[in-house]
Amino acid sequence: MRRQNEHVIPPETRATPDLSSGKYLVMWQGPQHPGITGNMSLRLVADGDTVVDCETHVGYLHRGFEKLMERRLWMQNFPLVCRIAVPEPDFNEYCYAAALEELAGVTVPEKAVWLRTLSLEMIRLASFLMWIGGQAGAFGHGTIAQWSVTMRDYVLDLFEELSGGRIYHMYIIPGGVRGDVPDGFLDHVLETMQVIKKNLDDIELVMFHNAVFKMRAVGLGYIPPDWVDKYGITGPNARSAGVARDLRKDLGYLAYPQLDFKLITGGRSDAFERAELRLAEMYQSIDLIRQIVARMPKDGPFRERLPNPLHWKIPAGETYVAAECTRGEYGFYVVSDGGDKPRRVAVRGPSYTHAVSVMERLVRGVNIADVAGLMVSLHTYPPEIER
Amino acid sequence: MNELAKELAARYGARDWHDRRGDLSSTVVDPIRLHDTLAWLKDSAGYAHLSFATAVDNIERGVFTLTYTVRNHEQGHSLMVHADVDRANPVVDSIHLLWGQGWTYQREMKEWFGIDFPGSPRVDEEFVLEGWEGPPMMRRDFDSLAYSDATYEGRPGRVTHDPATRMQERLYPEAGK
Repeated sequence: MRRQNEHVIPPETRATPDLSSGKYLVMWQGPQHPGITGNMSLRLVADGDTVVDCETHVGYLHRGFEKLMERRLWMQNFPLVCRIAVPEPDFNEYCYAAALEELAGVTVPEKAVWLRTLSLEMIRLASFLMWIGGQAGAFGHGTIAQWSVTMRDYVLDLFEELSGGRIYHMYIIPGGVRGDVPDGFLDHVLETMQVIKKNLDDIELVMFHNAVFKMRAVGLGYIPPDWVDKYGITGPNARSAGVARDLRKDLGYLAYPQLDFKLITGGRSDAFERAELRLAEMYQSIDLIRQIVARMPKDGPFRERLPNPLHWKIPAGETYVAAECTRGEYGFYVVSDGGDKPRRVAVRGPSYTHAVSVMERLVRGVNIADVAGLMVSLHTYPPEIER
Repeated sequence: MNELAKELAARYGARDWHDRRGDLSSTVVDPIRLHDTLAWLKDSAGYAHLSFATAVDNIERGVFTLTYTVRNHEQGHSLMVHADVDRANPVVDSIHLLWGQGWTYQREMKEWFGIDFPGSPRVDEEFVLEGWEGPPMMRRDFDSLAYSDATYEGRPGRVTHDPATRMQERLYPEAGK
């Protein structure tokens, strides 16, 4: 068993086990496995019950989004982009919309800026709620998953009220947002935040003071601070290693510069601290949502008038727009050749590094039973790798 | 950032510097100097974070334009480094020793565009396209319809209509008479 605060750094070079020796077991974890986040699989080589080598395999959910986007009008891509990261569609909508606005020289009204911020924080909370259920479930705590998925559904109820859609919202569009808040919506938001905060208190008590969770998560998947730049690690995985980076602060996009919040960082950088840090960021999201509701303009336009989307040509140019999603840096690289369709759209998801390079190295030396917990602790979504 | 533009121009012949935003610029280098440019940016100029690497097929010019976006967190600035690679012989130096995740981007570019990165780990392994036997699918001249027709069988009983004709027939049946 690992000792608390024991930091084991896995070897950089891959093991070359002699698979014909009869000493090793090759096993696949996924793509259909309760301990896998989404449609991906891990090819594990185990010596006894210890993993000595791992390969990440993706592609089970590849739908060719980036190719499809080159063949569709700028506006026709909105039903596509939101599907790239299923639990967090709004970050895709924001990055793509902001890239188009930058290239086309469109300015977004003040009210839309606040509504976009509200939408992004609501989906951040929903995504974290889904994650914490998976993290608890990976260590055998199914009850917490039932609680947190219920709480996530309450947030999805809010999205349904706001946009008409529960999973995919297509609420953030170029020029602003698709509609104003319905009557009574902001009151519903505040009531829901109160319910979720109460539930988070229960989760904190039941999960983070549980001896089994502590014994299995402490020391698991230690990420040294010098890996952050070496592997392109971002988000809570980087912040739990003590690296204070958050694009909401660093880039200061949308209404974040006007909101009062501090970066949450750690230092132990193991699965337990990553979970603690994300829980703290969930409380922070609730606080940010309350601030947004209190400060956002009640009147004014929520969308800038745009040209006919069927004939909208965007001036030639390129840009990269990024935002801080629950897992780190999420970005869209968009190239226009002056036509009515994108020349190239490339999506940068944090799972690209976390689930492949980082995961493959971190899993070396880990017990097979802890692989699922380690993977969920990195908070990865395979669809954003495959696009 | 003008100092950085001058430094890159003097050291690596970088050109076409553009300030896209206050926190985003771009420049172009020759592919032969791409690796050294990125290594210097990472080790000596503070651009230690690789946000992403990808390619754009500029088929009219006969090149793939590679884009490496690196970020200097201390200065809050990102730089997109471009390099045009001959489309007929797309071979580029690997950056897998500079960044631990670099080989994944290169494996993707090999599969999607056919750009080779000799020495990059697992660069010839399938990435997301399992069992793919066609040309690299992100190339502009890849005919997805012809590939689909040649590779997959049609679903029995399925009828495909021309959208314009179909909608006219359904919505304005009188107009067709």
